[in-house]
Amino acid sequence: MRKLALTAIAAAFAVTAFTGGAAKAAGDTPVPAAQEWSWNSIFGTYDRAQLQRGFQVYKNVCAGCHSLRFIAFRNLDGIGFNEDQIKAIAAEYDVEDGPNDDGDMFTRPGKPSDYFPSPFPNEKAAAASNGGAIPPDLSLMNKARVGGPDYVFGLLTGYEEEAPEGFDLSDGKSYNHYFPGHQISMAPPLYDEAVEYADGTPMTLEQHARDVTAFLNWTAQPELEARKSLGIKVILFLIVLTAMMYAVKRKIWRDIEH
Amino acid sequence: MSAPVWNNKVVKWVDDRLPVISMLHHSAYEYPTPKNLSYMWNFGSLAGFVLVTMILSGIFLVMNYTPHTSMAFESVERIMRDVNYGWLIRYIHMNGASMFFIVVFLHMFRGLYYGSYKAPREMLWWIGILILLAMMATAFMGYVLPWGQMSFWGATVITNLFSAFPIIGDPLVTWLWGGFSVDNPTLNRFFSLHYLMPFVILGLVVLHVWALHSVRSNNPTGVEIKTPQDSIPFHPYYTIKDLFGLGVFLIFFCAFVFFAPDYLGHPDNYIPANPLVTPPHIVPEWYFLPFYAILRSIDFTIFGIPAKLLGVLAMFASIVILFVIPWLDTSKVRSSKFRPVYKWFFWLFVIDTFILGYCGAKAPDDDFMGIPGLRVIVMGQLSTLYYFAHFLVVMPLVGKMERTKPLPVSISESVLKEGANA
Repeated sequence: MRKLALTAIAAAFAVTAFTGGAAKAAGDTPVPAAQEWSWNSIFGTYDRAQLQRGFQVYKNVCAGCHSLRFIAFRNLDGIGFNEDQIKAIAAEYDVEDGPNDDGDMFTRPGKPSDYFPSPFPNEKAAAASNGGAIPPDLSLMNKARVGGPDYVFGLLTGYEEEAPEGFDLSDGKSYNHYFPGHQISMAPPLYDEAVEYADGTPMTLEQHARDVTAFLNWTAQPELEARKSLGIKVILFLIVLTAMMYAVKRKIWRDIEH
Repeated sequence: MSAPVWNNKVVKWVDDRLPVISMLHHSAYEYPTPKNLSYMWNFGSLAGFVLVTMILSGIFLVMNYTPHTSMAFESVERIMRDVNYGWLIRYIHMNGASMFFIVVFLHMFRGLYYGSYKAPREMLWWIGILILLAMMATAFMGYVLPWGQMSFWGATVITNLFSAFPIIGDPLVTWLWGGFSVDNPTLNRFFSLHYLMPFVILGLVVLHVWALHSVRSNNPTGVEIKTPQDSIPFHPYYTIKDLFGLGVFLIFFCAFVFFAPDYLGHPDNYIPANPLVTPPHIVPEWYFLPFYAILRSIDFTIFGIPAKLLGVLAMFASIVILFVIPWLDTSKVRSSKFRPVYKWFFWLFVIDTFILGYCGAKAPDDDFMGIPGLRVIVMGQLSTLYYFAHFLVVMPLVGKMERTKPLPVSISESVLKEGANA
């Protein structure tokens, strides 16, 4: 048993030693502080009300520039909207469809099966409207940056009105603590009372940032709750099975000198 | 062992015409196995289990994956979001690759420690190295398939290595790419080969097990089976021990799949491939880091041979050298248990590979472990030097000079002695 434990420790060490080194961000950019997210622990789940507030922030603020192309309206049942609400949300959007029988493209109200329409028709248009920078798609943002949600939250709250003394900030750029190189093309997107919450949650910049980061964590990992709840069952099953295997092993080996 | 007599008429009918059942009986049931194998002998069967897991999960992924530069990334996201349990299948496959390397590296370190490469097991060892090479090729091509930023840039960097060869280098790279940059033809051929290679590995595994069963398993004493008292039948003793080990391993595997599925990956691969934007750090997956460090550590020219070519040669040599260690190791004793000097060098070698892995993950000009003034590139060079010195200097010299401890007369004698001491 001692050897087994050593083996397990060696294996765990092998894994963490390598990746720990790889995951560190380089340079003078500070590491964003770890936040308390509702989904952090093994049993952690999403807070539906928070996701819906975050969706409201995305819809009213981020969606002006950032696409969400892996999310369909029908997916919004994952953050607690019912079918009628989803239909209503989808119908607020104009979606291009076609060609019709005359060969023309036409616009119609969105349906639950439609994906979120992108704010710009193509990357060139996006760059032209944003001083040359292309606003990235947000569907996977929380998985696509070192630090994940902590980084996204840090970035959204990490703006400074004035760049520090001696920092050469280009025209049209903003200073951000957590953005690599500190010069970010995105102007500070959030401020106090940027979005009006209906549920009485304080409408601070920080709360908006926290909510939209939670929403983006759901868009990046919509399977998170199903994954964890299945995982707990699988691991519990495996622990019982493995314990039984160990007992059988001892019984089979009891007469063998080894 | 005499051929078994089958009482069941159906079994007998089949076995008389095609002796598969006798064969299975012979190689999985009565196969005489040393009775003193430790848990370090579990990793071979675990590697076989992971191979099957990878093939099965891969087959289901292919049903929903599209190997085209404009759709590959999207199709993977479709698998994650819209395919029933697609996220589970993909996370098993993604983390399974890491698990495969973990168990195979442990399996190889075990072989190194107990001298499992020494006569008469050279062929067994060679086939194992071929499996490792095939695994590396498979893993590399598989990582390209999601067509994220690291997929694209990893493929660009690694395929460009071949341009280091004089004269044939550039045409070779163009030939590998199927064009003048990593593009759709590259993705298509990598997909095709990524599906082919696992079956090549499977074939090599059959040879590996065949070779194993003709020379028999090594064991912690390194002393061969001499009398029937030294061995026990594979079944039920090692089947149950392997199953118990499998349970422990699955808990470890599932912890990653369900609770930290992206921990071993790189965030940049969730950004779609973009040939116009180079990521600030192009880093391979963790299992390639030691080899990557060896590649990068050669930043100097020798006899006019450019550093890049030397680096590529050193990287390939780091694996090819494993083929000749049965002859580089001059010791008469297999197991490091009885080699008081070599044992320490073995652990130094293990630490060395970890240091190489660390160096591979860092930028060359970073400080090593935050120690001011000690650059990663320098530590990488020293570790690369030791990596080769271990095989080329330590193995031959220590084997000749070391005074080994007395070997037990037989496996059963060593077992009884240890039992008495306990």
